[in-house]
Amino acid sequence: MLFWTIVKVAFKSLAANKLRSFLAMLGIIIGVGAVISMMAIGSGAQAQVLARFSAMGTNLLVIRPGQRGSGGVMSGTQLNLKLDDADAMLKEAEGIGAVAPVVSGSSQVKYLSRNTRTNVLGSSTTYFTIRTFEIDKGRTFTEAEVDRHARVAVIGPVTATNLFGEDDAVGEIIKVKGINFQVIGVMKSKGDQGYFNPDDQVIVPYTTAMKQLFGLDYLREIDIQAADEEKLADVQESVKQLLRKRHRLQADTPDDFSIQNQAELLEARSSATKTFGILLGSVGAISLLVGGIGIMNIMLVTVTERTREIGVRKAIGAKNRHILLQFLIEAMIMSAVGGVIGVGVGVGAAHVVGDVMALQEVVETFSVILALTFSVGVGIFFGFYPACRASHLDPIEALRYE
Amino acid sequence: MILAKALVKEYTLGGVIVRALDDVSIEIRDGEMVAITGSSGSGKSTLMNILGCLDRPDSGSYELAGEDVAKLSTDRLAEIRNIRIGFVFQSFNLLPRMSALENVELPLLYQGDRQARAKAKAALETVGLFDRMHHEPNQLSGGQRQRVAVARAIVTNPAIILADEPTGNLDSKTGKEILALFEDLNAKGHTIIVVTHDPGVASRCKRQIHLRDGHVVNEPLGAAANPVTEEKG
Ligand SMILES: Nc1ncnc2c1ncn2[C@@H]1O[C@H](COP(=O)(O)OP(=O)(O)O)[C@@H](O)[C@H]1O
Ligand SMILES: [Mg+2]
Repeated sequence: MLFWTIVKVAFKSLAANKLRSFLAMLGIIIGVGAVISMMAIGSGAQAQVLARFSAMGTNLLVIRPGQRGSGGVMSGTQLNLKLDDADAMLKEAEGIGAVAPVVSGSSQVKYLSRNTRTNVLGSSTTYFTIRTFEIDKGRTFTEAEVDRHARVAVIGPVTATNLFGEDDAVGEIIKVKGINFQVIGVMKSKGDQGYFNPDDQVIVPYTTAMKQLFGLDYLREIDIQAADEEKLADVQESVKQLLRKRHRLQADTPDDFSIQNQAELLEARSSATKTFGILLGSVGAISLLVGGIGIMNIMLVTVTERTREIGVRKAIGAKNRHILLQFLIEAMIMSAVGGVIGVGVGVGAAHVVGDVMALQEVVETFSVILALTFSVGVGIFFGFYPACRASHLDPIEALRYE
Repeated sequence: MILAKALVKEYTLGGVIVRALDDVSIEIRDGEMVAITGSSGSGKSTLMNILGCLDRPDSGSYELAGEDVAKLSTDRLAEIRNIRIGFVFQSFNLLPRMSALENVELPLLYQGDRQARAKAKAALETVGLFDRMHHEPNQLSGGQRQRVAVARAIVTNPAIILADEPTGNLDSKTGKEILALFEDLNAKGHTIIVVTHDPGVASRCKRQIHLRDGHVVNEPLGAAANPVTEEKG
């Protein structure tokens, strides 16, 4: 078959000029490699985020002080969310399952001679269920301990390792800002979340944290669990109206707090991913464009070099379209080979980057097919002009070409 | 049947007009073996290219098997070259990186012939290179390459074989072998037209057409029935 002969000859001439073919394919290799690796990392990161969010449950509302500007940026006062607000919610708002007031700050934490700087968070007993923290050893604190400002702490597994190494932490006394706390529990690992690590923190009763550690009378956030996941939107509205009333906001004044639910967080994430995708797309497109020009260049050289061959082919009966097809196929094969190498390079690079970023990269079949389709398309597009030139050569002049 | 009347072909080189063919009329019947002779630059290749439908004359008419070539499309010309004509060149012109067999197959592939492989093997058998069919051109001697080229020319079983200086790059012994091959093919009914400036080669053809400065000097139209013999020099 003519087609297979063309394919075979194309591969042989690629192999005959290895370095040249490689350089011609380099743009495609880099473009495809970049897109594949970054898509794999992006998908991996997204899968991780999704897994984390679904572990947290979809019935969580997080209220933070201050207005929410564009892109989730906070502004305005950060001091207006009070403990009374949290209490009022539990009493007055509709459909609430549990409420946890949260204060936090970064502190030096010591055990004997070892110390570590970590996040110290004060909250209620409900915090552990709302945020789905599980206990590995020991227990969480009780309502009674919260009420009497007990100096007890539940610590994350990373903090435990930092302070105690392999030893059992439960029952030991640690110093937070110079105040003794008894470790009563160690939490199970949740895994690093990038922007913050839930495994490295110390959780104490909010009463103790507000009065003894930080001396604060305002909260960093209030976490709310809706009783019914279906009614999350209603709960959100009810909480909002309640807070507006409590903060005495006029009808035309914007909220001085923000309420985030998981769905919105996911949305923010996926829009970030989209932006990332557009960026990637443009990097890939530019590389493929450069790669295409590289291929066009080498195909023009090839056509010139093989002018005589084209003459011979025409003399023995090749029609213009046979010549066109031949050089198009050659360009396509070059870009397809470049694409395949690029996929290999991309998968390898994604693996390395994934290791460094501690996430599992996800190479999707879709992205591989897309990248290969694009590189073949580039080959056809940029191979067309050289192939056209080849096919329109005059047989006599081509045969005379030295 | 080749019927060319008053062919004119001019080239402009650096402002000077060169008349490569000047009022050339020839008639070649099926089954003839003809030598086209003449010194270098006399227009032999130009004539050959027109007869082979690779090139068109500036004026004059050319009929091949009753078809007026001037009226044909490029695609139809390619088809005619493929089916009716086989070319043999001085410098072999085999395609690199393709085996002898693949080279010989190629004209048939352009026709979409399903028996290409078998026919190509038969053609290589005819030229005595059956055992070298998987060699690539650079693994063959000059004589063997020209045999492969002859096999490629005959594989479509064309009525006419056009050879432009086919022995020019060969030593005299292999040259004679190639010529013997042409004689065999002629005996089987192919029309053979050989361009040569070698009188030894020309003398083995039954008829010679002599060109000088683009003119046929001894070959008036219709002389084929009564061939003029040997004009050397
Ligand atoms: N493509 C061309 N451009 C310019 N001049 C040409 C070209 N082809 C042939 N000629 C001229 O036409 C004349 C005949 O050439 P050619 O047919 O090749 O002669 P031969 O084959 O007998 O040596 C020569 O003077 C040659 O220089
Ligand atoms: Mg010549």
